[in-house]
Amino acid sequence: MALFLIRRLLLLIPVFLAVSLVIFMIIRFVPGDPIDNLLQIGSTEEQKTAMIAAYGLDRALPVQYAIWLGKMLQGDLGEAIILRQPVSTLIAQNLPHSLILGSLALAFSTLVGIATGALAASFKDGWLDRLVMTLILLGSTLPSFWLGLLMILLFAVQLGWFPVSGARSWSALVLPVLTIGIGGVALVARVTRAAMIEIARKDFVTMLHAKGVPPLQIQLGHVLRHALLPVVTILSLRIGWVLGGAVTIEYVFARPGLGSLLITSLNQRDYPVVQGCLLMLAIAVILGTLIGDIVQAAMDPRLRETLR
Amino acid sequence: MALLDLSDVTVSIGVLTPLDRIAFSIEAGEIVGVVGESGSGKSLTAMAVMGLLPLIGGRITSGAVRFADVELNRLPERDYRALRGRRIALISQNPMTSLDPIRRVGEQIDQVSMMHLGLGAERARLRSVDMMRQLRIPEADVVHGNYPHQLSGGMKQRIVIAMALAADPELIVADEPTTALDVTIQAQIIQIMVEMARRKNVALMLITHDMGVVAQACDRVVVLYAGRVAETGSVERIFAAPRHPYTKSLIGCIPVEGLPPGGLKGIDGVVPGVANYPTGCRFHPRCSLAQDRCKIEAPLLRALEEGAAACHLAGDPP
Repeated sequence: MALFLIRRLLLLIPVFLAVSLVIFMIIRFVPGDPIDNLLQIGSTEEQKTAMIAAYGLDRALPVQYAIWLGKMLQGDLGEAIILRQPVSTLIAQNLPHSLILGSLALAFSTLVGIATGALAASFKDGWLDRLVMTLILLGSTLPSFWLGLLMILLFAVQLGWFPVSGARSWSALVLPVLTIGIGGVALVARVTRAAMIEIARKDFVTMLHAKGVPPLQIQLGHVLRHALLPVVTILSLRIGWVLGGAVTIEYVFARPGLGSLLITSLNQRDYPVVQGCLLMLAIAVILGTLIGDIVQAAMDPRLRETLR
Repeated sequence: MALLDLSDVTVSIGVLTPLDRIAFSIEAGEIVGVVGESGSGKSLTAMAVMGLLPLIGGRITSGAVRFADVELNRLPERDYRALRGRRIALISQNPMTSLDPIRRVGEQIDQVSMMHLGLGAERARLRSVDMMRQLRIPEADVVHGNYPHQLSGGMKQRIVIAMALAADPELIVADEPTTALDVTIQAQIIQIMVEMARRKNVALMLITHDMGVVAQACDRVVVLYAGRVAETGSVERIFAAPRHPYTKSLIGCIPVEGLPPGGLKGIDGVVPGVANYPTGCRFHPRCSLAQDRCKIEAPLLRALEEGAAACHLAGDPP
């Protein structure tokens, strides 16, 4: 297991380098220029050249990348061109909001998703199963920003239970968490249900029945445990998505966060900030996959064997 | 009184009736072979005895399964469950897929005695390891902590047998316990099972399609064909004087010493599917002795001087 961890961690280095290179290139291939955003109207050509030189944008791309990478490894993500603050400060201000929203939404979709999926599988083809399946279909097809607006309309405007927007109180978290979480619930529930139904047909489950194990114990102690393996996979892939993909929701609810920061700076072609944000999201995806792999290995002895 | 008695058990799955008036019994401590080709209803008979038909959407529509003094087919599921694994145990067809792949094999044996005999974890473990030693599993205390994928097919089947024996059952239903194993292991596993059944005086319902195994291991035989009982009787009588042409053909399929190359006979044709059973005697399309009567009138299972046979011609000695 220790060997597996070390190998997995070493493998992260090339992945990280590749991701950083892609991030660096992508933003430079997008049309537009931060300098245009920055220059006051009526500035001369000399002023523009001077400003480009000041930010190091006149150098060759490989040199720019090397400088960026070198500084990044020292924890320096550069200075925001438009916002005129260190990128690391901007991220430090915004990341906690995204982390709280993301982890709560993930926890919500995990718990509720697994529970509803398990219930639906246990009462397969019954009315409860059909109800759950319908809700899953709705939950996975509704666009989340629209769902968010509806929620605001109902719970914040009509009923006044929660604030419409912002991030000043814990109650402001409820609606965004629900909005992001519902899509996740649908996904997790569907995978849990499908996996449980498939596992329940296996020979060893028949054998458990033949041993006289009560059905509930078979469902929870054996079938669900197997069904969680694919669930862990999709959850680990979703960690990065929830952090960055919550961007529309952050917009709808006017919350600060990594997603909002990313979109704002992308509009202004603020290269260092965009790079920093994308890097954070990439790291989240990489770490999410890593955590997923570790959890799976801990749950499945067959996997541990092949990893050795 | 017989330990297990099936009287005219008919099983339906949806609109199909794969088992038709199955009748035979097993005495305490007796080893009974249930034979027939694939599709003859052997595994379904096992499921009917275990009360697991609902898992595959089937049910007993008429007849009765009696176990000791209990009428199983009228038993509430809760009581049936208390019986399963405790008094009636199952050894399944494929040891490769019969164990939970993410649990230690020892745990899976312990589970039975903890659940049914109320043993604590430590005593259950000792009991399981002891059982594994009796089944000649080398280094039983190490194997107890192994996962299924770390064991060979033969070892896994021994684990499944240990699971079946864990709560001292009175009857073990073994559904083709060696089909999925290497030929070299098959004889060993059968031998171990028979030895344990004899020593612990457990009745064994041994489902197989191998008449050789029956000759070697069983006291009595039930021959199934296309969801009906063709013949029952003691092993000696069945092999010496089979009365049903199907039984005769099955015996003809056993390779014997001195057989010329190409001399081994098979049975022409295949077992008909449950959706298109022929009228009359279901064996008649494949039977060399079939008469007009066999095509129309289904023969009843009639008692012989020893055992019983369902053939219009069984009255006349062959």
